[in-house]
Amino acid sequence: MEGTFEPEIIVFACHYCAYAAADLAGSMRLQYPSNIRMIKLPCTGKLEVIHLLRAIEAGADGVYAAGCLEGECHYLKGNLWARKRVNHVKDLLAEMGIEPERVEMYNMSSAEGAKFAAAATEFTQRIKELGPNPVKREGVSPHAAAREALGGVAMPDEPLASAAAIVEEGHAE
Amino acid sequence: MTATEYKAGSNLEKVLASGAFAVTGECGPPKSADGSVIEAKAKLLKGYVDAVNITDNQTAVVRVCSMASGYVAQQNGVEAIMQMTCRDRNRLAMQADILGASTLGIKNILCLTGDHMSFGNHPQAKGVHDLDAINLIKMYKDMRDEKKFQCGDEMTVAPELYIGCAENPFADPFELRALRLRKKIEAGADFIQTQCIFNIPKFKQWMQEVRALGLHKEVKILAGITPIKGAGMANYMKKFVPGMDVPQEIIDRISGQEKGAPQQAEGKKLAVEMIKELAEVEGVAGVHIMAVEWEVAVPEIVEAAGLLPRPAVA
Amino acid sequence: MITAERKPLDEILELVGDKKKILVAGCDTCVAICLTGGEKEAEILASELRILAEKDGRAVEVEHTAAIRQCEWEYLDMIADKVAAADVVLSMACGIGIQSLAEKFAPKLVMPAVNTNMLGMPQEHAVWLERCVACGECRIGLTGGICPVVRCSKSLMNGPCGGSHDGLCEVTGPEKEEIECAWALIWERLKAQGREELMFTDRPPKDWSKSSSGGPRKMVREEAKPV
Ligand code: SF4
Ligand code: SF4
Repeated sequence: MEGTFEPEIIVFACHYCAYAAADLAGSMRLQYPSNIRMIKLPCTGKLEVIHLLRAIEAGADGVYAAGCLEGECHYLKGNLWARKRVNHVKDLLAEMGIEPERVEMYNMSSAEGAKFAAAATEFTQRIKELGPNPVKREGVSPHAAAREALGGVAMPDEPLASAAAIVEEGHAE
Repeated sequence: MTATEYKAGSNLEKVLASGAFAVTGECGPPKSADGSVIEAKAKLLKGYVDAVNITDNQTAVVRVCSMASGYVAQQNGVEAIMQMTCRDRNRLAMQADILGASTLGIKNILCLTGDHMSFGNHPQAKGVHDLDAINLIKMYKDMRDEKKFQCGDEMTVAPELYIGCAENPFADPFELRALRLRKKIEAGADFIQTQCIFNIPKFKQWMQEVRALGLHKEVKILAGITPIKGAGMANYMKKFVPGMDVPQEIIDRISGQEKGAPQQAEGKKLAVEMIKELAEVEGVAGVHIMAVEWEVAVPEIVEAAGLLPRPAVA
Repeated sequence: MITAERKPLDEILELVGDKKKILVAGCDTCVAICLTGGEKEAEILASELRILAEKDGRAVEVEHTAAIRQCEWEYLDMIADKVAAADVVLSMACGIGIQSLAEKFAPKLVMPAVNTNMLGMPQEHAVWLERCVACGECRIGLTGGICPVVRCSKSLMNGPCGGSHDGLCEVTGPEKEEIECAWALIWERLKAQGREELMFTDRPPKDWSKSSSGGPRKMVREEAKPV
């Protein structure tokens, strides 16, 4: 079972740190599982309890938020709010008899590509061990559902920058 | 003083009126329908105290009611001071009970707010708190002196009551305490029993304020004493009992002795010394010895304090 | 404002029983401000119920909605269609809103999803403190604007009990938090107002017939009734 189960994981990543870290990981050609699907937010502070729940409801096996390092949020405290909300969702899941470990909060700076890759790897492994979300809906895409729940809050999906693009941007600075 | 001048003519009232130094004790009724417990405690205290407080669901734990227990105590030769808390009864019940107690021959009543339900064994209970202790004192005084129920209706035979209340000289705001005592006296308190005293200097400071207001002339003040059974108990009281002020040197003195009998002996010795010291304080009319579940220590303490025999008043 | 707390999920499930079409109805006034029963929270509860049903393999339909105020007939009209379509309505309004809903759409099954707990004020963001129990005979003019009925654990009228210590009440709150002694606060306030003597004036027993002890209360303003 464990061998065949490929979890579907939704990552809510902030524009300034985690998403940039993901970009960097890409440009560094770091390996991490392809199970994660990202949704970019201006800040994890925009993430609400219902957004996490919607992803679980739509069948996501795991959901995590990735924001800036604590104390270094571009919007000051957005990532701290996100952590509180993630913790609250953990409580709600526990009340429902679902493993609270299916949701998590990670912090990283835009320069920490390796940390992004490590988080993705660790979380995917964790979900593989937990097994599938007991809530499974045929034909429903957790990614699309989470996006829809976020409405205008989510930033457009864009392919992660290629290594070249990153290098270019880096040079441009 | 002729008999007719007494408010209730209870033994306690007469002893205090005679100017003798009064001694009261305390008896906690059992947590079961075992009347023999009260009987035994009463027999133990008989002749050593002028009256004994019968607690009313003390610390919000259900026990035999204070009216029945008070009756049993009196049957066994010790006058009762029936305690009544505002926590468990509304004004109807409190008036009905005092009429009942009076018909059973109980004359001394102690009006209390009562420990909060959350301390006891039924923390989910609905607290009544229809009246507060001051309202209660006034209500009983009006029943006794005006023959009136709280609603204003008249009654034919008034209960004969000697009305007391408690006061904690160590509670906060400290500056308010003596002034609040005056309020209780104005409401109709005839005597007060204080919370147990361990911090004598602070008690003396409070008494000074009481005297400055002339209150010691208007009310009989019985100083509360609790003999310490061991260092554990002293520590517990210091930490967990609200409004209890136990100085460190007292704890040190008790814990300086071996556990068990030596600590108990020291506790009794300390109680005797404190009684003697408190008796010297102007305005202190007696002591109230609260030997919580240690009633057996009382006769010895009273004797060692030189308070025997208890006066026989007609 | 009126505050409420959500009931535990298990209790809500028990109230819903085996009903198939569930409407979670929030209220966007008091309970929304106290972050318990507004549209947002209704949506969260609805999502939880769907997740649970899916997990346990039960086929239920859960929808959510919110009325601007559940405690007024007019606003209830706006959610009438959704209520009509449901087998059971889980109301997240205060006890008043829940009853209004239940009365308006009787005999529709309407269940409380929250416990209405107090008339409180937000002391700081997300912290509410009880301030009034609507006793019907307000006495705070005599107590420096601090309510002795609800802020004193024993509703004392004549000053602090013997358990008051360092400004704190002898009672500790349900979350093991310290409670301020109302009478210590009153004393300080009266001193600051130069009205200490109020502390020593005898306060007669309260007239509880004006509170819920007098039976359900009714208020009529004749001059304002429609002609
Ligand atoms: S006295 Fe009565 S009306 Fe006034 S604040 Fe207190 S509970 Fe409310
Ligand atoms: S400590 Fe203060 S608030 Fe608590 S019951 Fe006593 S007087 Fe009331």
